[in-house]
Amino acid sequence: MSTNMLIEAVDVHRSFGTTPALTGASVAVAAGEVVAVMGPSGSGKSTLLHCLAGIYLPDSGEVRFDGSRVDGLNDTARTRLRRTAFGFVFQFGQLVPELTVADNVALPLLLGKVRRKEAYARAEEWLDRLGLSGLGGRRTGELSGGQAQRVAIARALVTRPRVLFADEPTGSLDSLTGEQVMDELMNVVRAEGTAVVLVTHDARVASYADREIMVRDGKALTVGAVGR
Amino acid sequence: MSVPLTLLGLLDRAPSHGYDLKRHYDTLFGNDKPLSFGQVYASLGRLTRDGLIESRAEPGDGPDRKSYAITDAGHGQVAEWLGEPVEPAPHLQTVLFVKVVLALLLDRDAAGYLDLQRRTHLARMRELTEIKRTGGPAELLLADYGLFHLEADLRWIDLTTARLGTLAETVRIAETGKNA
Repeated sequence: MSTNMLIEAVDVHRSFGTTPALTGASVAVAAGEVVAVMGPSGSGKSTLLHCLAGIYLPDSGEVRFDGSRVDGLNDTARTRLRRTAFGFVFQFGQLVPELTVADNVALPLLLGKVRRKEAYARAEEWLDRLGLSGLGGRRTGELSGGQAQRVAIARALVTRPRVLFADEPTGSLDSLTGEQVMDELMNVVRAEGTAVVLVTHDARVASYADREIMVRDGKALTVGAVGR
Repeated sequence: MSVPLTLLGLLDRAPSHGYDLKRHYDTLFGNDKPLSFGQVYASLGRLTRDGLIESRAEPGDGPDRKSYAITDAGHGQVAEWLGEPVEPAPHLQTVLFVKVVLALLLDRDAAGYLDLQRRTHLARMRELTEIKRTGGPAELLLADYGLFHLEADLRWIDLTTARLGTLAETVRIAETGKNA
């Protein structure tokens, strides 16, 4: 087990019923590093992301964040970890349609007991950083796909997590919009020093990362030097 | 694509006459462009000159009285060539294809080669993405052109990796057909 890694999975196995999804996956991501997780459909890449993020518990093996075991924590502790140290961006359906854009971005802060005024000020600041100034009062249904993904990124980063987990973050966008969203995403994570675990089947999206991890048949093949 | 290296790869399996070598090449790689005898014998001459193959005269009738066999230096050359990734550039498919087929034919690590090529492609794509993020409009357009072509190669690499088992069988059948 290396000591300078921010997040690590070691020999993780995870099955769903009798179907194995991960069969001994080991990966390590350093602080501030952007790693693309690639692999064919059904190879286990999303399961790996969910195990690293403490959403799924491995059947065996270890997951560590900042040197401490994640897989040994109870539900409450893992939920707290996800709320404070991790951010998430998915392909679809992550914004709450009944809320405004600003409500959506402020939500993780409000859940974390940050005072309302401060939460909304920070939400506005993140909307500005992602080129969404003036859209805070809109309903999410009024946004374009690219704007909605930027809002999702703002919401994922507003708590200043140390790791951002992104599962096909541009999968529902056209090439140009996807590229613009990736540019914005990279600008902010580089500025913040946020590590990113980026699951994608798109090589052009993966080419924004520092290196890639191939997942094949439930095993992770680490490629390239670790760390930035 | 390098005809001499491909012929050298075919000789890595067993010695052959020039005529058989041409037929073998045409079966596997010729498609609609079979090799001319001129190309075959010029390539064999160059490989002999470089010490990568040796020829031996055989008694008998007809034009094919020379048998060609690979040397130790030739074995080394094939192993080195099959092991190294091709420089990532558009329109590589033919070279990639030849390397994969030869690796399968020679029972070399085709999957390992494809992984290495994939890594090399992605490394180049990272460079092009960085150029896009920092360069001017003309550089951006050129980088896009390269990225889309490399992406097409990568999709081929991924699909071929997934199909290696079937492909090995196809190569074996092509071989059997040729030997029949």
